[in-house]
Amino acid sequence: MAQALTHTAPQIGDRPRPAKNYLNETTGIWSWMTTVDHKRIGIMYLVAVSSAFFLGGILALLVRLTLLTPSHKLFGKVLIDADTYNRVFTLHGAIMVFLFIIPSIPGSLANFVLPLMLGAKDVAFPRLNLASFYLWCLGAVTAVASMVFGAVDTGWTFYTPYSTTTQNAVGLMTMAVFILGFSSIFTGLNFIATVHKLRAPGMGFFDMPLFVWGTYATAIIQVLATPVLGITMVLLALERIFNIGIFDPKIGGDPVLFQHFFWFYSHPAVYIMILPGMAIISEIIPTFSRKTIFGYRAIAYSSVALALLGFLVWGHHMFVAGQSQLATVIFSALTFLVAIPSGVKLFNWLATMYKGNISLETPMLYAISFLLLFAIGGLTGIFLGALSTDVHLTDTYFVVAHFHYVMMGGTVIAFIGGVHYWWPKMTGRMYSEKWGRIGCALVFVGFNMTFLTQFFLGSRGMPRRYYNYLDQYQPLHAFSTFGSWVLGLGLFITAAYLLASLRKPADAPDNPWGGTTMEWETVSPPITHNFEGQPVLEHEPYDYRPRVKKHA
Amino acid sequence: MSTSTVDVNPHDHGGHGDHPSDPHFQHHFTTLEQQFDTTKIGMWIFLATEVLLFGGLFVGFGMMQARYPEMFKEAHEHLQRPLGALNTVVLLFSSWTMVMGVLSARTNQKKKTVVFLIVTILCACIFLGVKYFEYSHKFEEGLLPGHYYHHIGDRIPVVNGANGYATFFSFYFMMTGLHGIHILVGIGLLAWIAFRANKGEFNSDYYTPVDLVGLYWHLVDLIWIYLFPLYYLIS
Repeated sequence: MAQALTHTAPQIGDRPRPAKNYLNETTGIWSWMTTVDHKRIGIMYLVAVSSAFFLGGILALLVRLTLLTPSHKLFGKVLIDADTYNRVFTLHGAIMVFLFIIPSIPGSLANFVLPLMLGAKDVAFPRLNLASFYLWCLGAVTAVASMVFGAVDTGWTFYTPYSTTTQNAVGLMTMAVFILGFSSIFTGLNFIATVHKLRAPGMGFFDMPLFVWGTYATAIIQVLATPVLGITMVLLALERIFNIGIFDPKIGGDPVLFQHFFWFYSHPAVYIMILPGMAIISEIIPTFSRKTIFGYRAIAYSSVALALLGFLVWGHHMFVAGQSQLATVIFSALTFLVAIPSGVKLFNWLATMYKGNISLETPMLYAISFLLLFAIGGLTGIFLGALSTDVHLTDTYFVVAHFHYVMMGGTVIAFIGGVHYWWPKMTGRMYSEKWGRIGCALVFVGFNMTFLTQFFLGSRGMPRRYYNYLDQYQPLHAFSTFGSWVLGLGLFITAAYLLASLRKPADAPDNPWGGTTMEWETVSPPITHNFEGQPVLEHEPYDYRPRVKKHA
Repeated sequence: MSTSTVDVNPHDHGGHGDHPSDPHFQHHFTTLEQQFDTTKIGMWIFLATEVLLFGGLFVGFGMMQARYPEMFKEAHEHLQRPLGALNTVVLLFSSWTMVMGVLSARTNQKKKTVVFLIVTILCACIFLGVKYFEYSHKFEEGLLPGHYYHHIGDRIPVVNGANGYATFFSFYFMMTGLHGIHILVGIGLLAWIAFRANKGEFNSDYYTPVDLVGLYWHLVDLIWIYLFPLYYLIS
């Protein structure tokens, strides 16, 4: 064993950096466009989803800017009129959900890291992986085209009958969502097959890193829920073209049926978004606490439990939409069950940190931010799952604040934390730790300024998606808008120092954080084949006992 | 999770396993068997997504049938039950020829493989031919989806624009149409593997594509087994 350890725990300078790695083995645009290397596809996804995040973020800043004053005037002029406002928030939602959050962690980080964590050379179906990326691109182009050809102002949920009767470009947007759905299905399919068949010798299911467990649970939802969204979008498009009479009440359809169809996908999709975020946190916390994860099996099972429970609670989006009282009560009760696996995770992470040797580097700062923000997001979810309070809070800013705490405070914060955690592995470069901490602090403060305010707005009765509002809400709206600027500044700084790190020569050690999972065993950046030889698993995961020190 | 690396062969990135010479072997697998198992898992997952894709339509049909039970019952009388039954038999038979095709491929019987695959393709073409006659009959009678529906002589009057007949035929064309597209894709896939089988590419060590297309073909048949009673046998 000692021999294996000295062989496999290389510190900086231990191992000569190979001249060829996955980034420079072949060169030229064409070698990237036709690559089937999961690492390169992961990088392309990272660039792509970050661009989508940028676009969606600009739209979000526009939404907040519009709401700065009740007259919507800036320097005496109305910047954005009511119709444009509807389009802007619709596009913000559609882009952030379908182009950014859903593909973000699976497409970029999981694509890069999952095969490395399993000790595999690639995902199970490398060409399908590339096809999935190009489907994303096609979907993105279609979605952006809908902006040009008339735009969409239905909200990202495309509720009928408005979406089936309006003249604007709903058709194009539903097509984009359909295409993006298949991109997501193929990613999920690839990961399931990879996890089942490409684990390193000696690695059982319960020896896998928890990131793999989270990604696996996500993949199950991607595969099982997304086809239903696809067919729903087809039905919506056909209702528009042929008036088939399924969703439009004027021709005998049932608009609530659309909501059932839509949320049968889109609620599980919430877990497509949050599970990979939780998966990242399960990696970062033990690494920066220098401690074996507490409750490994509980965390693994809770990921799967969330994936399965996610399929049973879609009705809680329709408490006031005319669903039967019995269904409403059942959906409410099932919704409370979601708190159990979520709580299991949260407490296990805290127990991992307890008496750990915590070092507060940027990824860990993001992980701690996640714990705080996700706790708020999760607990306010209980307000909305409880029938009596939900009736009052439905369609108010309280809901907006709640899902931004889960989606942005949860997933996006975890995503950014994950990008920092694996940045040295992906690029071979260390970023500026000082700017990392400043960026994280600004993001945390800006986020809370923006969205904590919206809980107050919502509980005082400010409805979501409204262009006009009463003067009494102005101070809170203004504060939320100022917060969005701080948040924007934090994200801008983060992008700037990360990109700046690419300009300097490769300086990252193979294992800068002292991580115990397999991706740290290879060089930074990895060679095209990932490992020299086939790595074999010899220890249980997150075993910090043999080597607690990290590089100085 | 400490690890060690085992250099199976230092000059070969990770040891390519038992079948380094097989042209179909992909470098990121260890053995050809592992590659076969993996692709098979992938295919099964894909089939699960297909079931859910059709599942949405089945649920939609069920909801609408519950809304307009009488109209759906009357509308289904326009379907030609014998033709539907004939197509069911044709597809069931094609499932058998497909099984025989896979069996022949894995027992190195090249000629039989090609023959069985071609018979399967013929069955698929018969199915589409029958469907063509059925569809043209609907077109002539004005039994069309949505606002294109203009059949005359329906017994139940349409109130407030709620036309269950049109909805029935919307679902009929959507579901049999989507199924028909799958048959077309199936013909393409079958032709492709028949062509490769004819070149002698498949043997007992490597017949993955035949096996996977077989799985796909059985699912397409299975969906029809559900579509037939759903549409033709409403009571």
